[in-house]
Amino acid sequence: MTQLVLFNVFNGLIVGAFYALMALGLSLILNLSGVINFAHGGFLAIGGYLAFTMIPYVGFWGALVLAPILTAVIGVIVERVLIRRLYGRDPLYSLLLTFGLAFMIEDGTRFIWGAQSLPFQVPGWLVTPLSSEYFFLTGYRLFMVLVVAVAVIGLFLILGRTRLGIRIRAGTLDLETVSVLGVNVRVLRNMNFGLGIYLAGLAGVLAVGQLGLQPTIGASLIMPSFVAIIVGGLGSLPGTLLGGLLIGVASGITTVFFPSASEAVIYVMMAVVLLVRPRGLLGEEGRF
Amino acid sequence: MDAPNLNKQIPSIVVWLLLLAMPYWLPAIGGYVELGSEVVVLGLAAMALNFLLGYTGVLSFGHAAYFGLGAYGAAMTIRYLVPSTGLGIVVGIVVGTVAAAIIGPLIIRLRGVYFAMVTIAFGQVFYFIAFRWNNVTGGDDGLTGWTRLPLHFGFATIDIQNNPNAFYYLVLALFAVSVGVMAWLLRSPFGRTLIAIRENERRARFLGIPVDQHIWMSWVISCGFVSLAGALYALLNNFVDPRALYWTQSGDFVIMAVLGGMRSFWGPLIGAAIYVVLRDYLSSQTENWQSFIGLFFVLVVLFFPRGVLGMIRRKVMS
Repeated sequence: MTQLVLFNVFNGLIVGAFYALMALGLSLILNLSGVINFAHGGFLAIGGYLAFTMIPYVGFWGALVLAPILTAVIGVIVERVLIRRLYGRDPLYSLLLTFGLAFMIEDGTRFIWGAQSLPFQVPGWLVTPLSSEYFFLTGYRLFMVLVVAVAVIGLFLILGRTRLGIRIRAGTLDLETVSVLGVNVRVLRNMNFGLGIYLAGLAGVLAVGQLGLQPTIGASLIMPSFVAIIVGGLGSLPGTLLGGLLIGVASGITTVFFPSASEAVIYVMMAVVLLVRPRGLLGEEGRF
Repeated sequence: MDAPNLNKQIPSIVVWLLLLAMPYWLPAIGGYVELGSEVVVLGLAAMALNFLLGYTGVLSFGHAAYFGLGAYGAAMTIRYLVPSTGLGIVVGIVVGTVAAAIIGPLIIRLRGVYFAMVTIAFGQVFYFIAFRWNNVTGGDDGLTGWTRLPLHFGFATIDIQNNPNAFYYLVLALFAVSVGVMAWLLRSPFGRTLIAIRENERRARFLGIPVDQHIWMSWVISCGFVSLAGALYALLNNFVDPRALYWTQSGDFVIMAVLGGMRSFWGPLIGAAIYVVLRDYLSSQTENWQSFIGLFFVLVVLFFPRGVLGMIRRKVMS
């Protein structure tokens, strides 16, 4: 029993790490540009499929580095061509646009790579269990947690220490002032979008190693990411991280006792948070 | 009635005449009556959403949940409780409206994109319940083994089961009542208050209007009519599956409202008609119809943000 619970908690932590990685990207874009990017799951799928296509040429490690960057480049182009036009308009329009994009990306990946689930090879030594008692502790799982941790630390370093990051944080608080101070806000939003999409692409490469490669993978991961943002607190990136991990673990624990509610439980958590603390766990008071 | 007033009535008269005669002209131009019923049902859903979206200015992206609850409410009543179409519709409306009334207080304090995000996330609860509770809801395969049944009124029986025209007119009658109630509400002081909130929420609040309470009421009314549409949708197909509750369905309703024109009363119905016909056509032509629907979303946002009626109104004015 202990082992089962431990297994599911650990599993939940991994799933939560995915949610967090995705939700952090969504949060970045939402906070600075006020756009809910419904196509985020689509970009995650693109990251996974690009990695799948690249592996024969550059190997797993090459794909892990290159695929998210390439995904981010696609994101930057999409922002430049489509999403930029909608800043300052009713948020309804950017919602609908990214919604349509999500449809197009999902169907596009199905068209290019086929509807069936594809096998995704991770290096053999990562797959073997590390201990016979705790069979679920494979190297790949630990590796995923490690990569997510590095990515999150990297993100917070970028936001805290670099000029770009400081501008992003300032822009989140007051974009107009940042613009008046001579920062090119268009470029800033563009870079910020790319950063968010990079995280989605990275989550994609990691996720397909665990969950398999199929066109609907993005659609199934995006809703929990919304919940992670709401639970953690709108406008707070540490909150988003915490929210992602929490709902992952909660869903993992529920799998032990009441498996058919494992998906619904996170929405119940969201309802409780909204009822008790509407701004979310780490959200700022009065911001929304 | 003086002349300008009559002019204002003309669009409504044209819409009603077209709707009333639909079973006669639609087959003549290559359609079928069920397609007409679908347009009216989804048009009702889009108009109900627009009560909130266009007239209260609150962005809901989760109306599929209440649409689906209405559908499951009707289907499960007929399948498990009483084989009665009328009761099924009533239960569908009650289930959807009560759920909306309970969830309402949790969300009405949020605004803009956050309202959209929370409504869409809440909708997923019902999706997963329908998806997972296999032995009752039929799970992913949907709930089958039931059909809509003829309506019995002591003096007459209307065979909506086998006669598509009769079912169409039942749908149209309920549509007319709903649309009439919504139009009446919007002309009442309550409706004017909703429009005031849309135009300037802060000012409305300073005037002493209980804004949250009004938004809650608008939300419940809107979801109530959406659940009626959902119940009719289940009856139309004699089938319901979890996709009626899925978040993409909510997006469909929003695009219908935007496509037709959010600021006009009949806009969402026109949007629904265009959308249903387009989807029907695309899905018969290509396997990748989803891409085209997505592209359609993008094009509408970029080139038709005011919708068909908004464009026409602009042309007329200039």
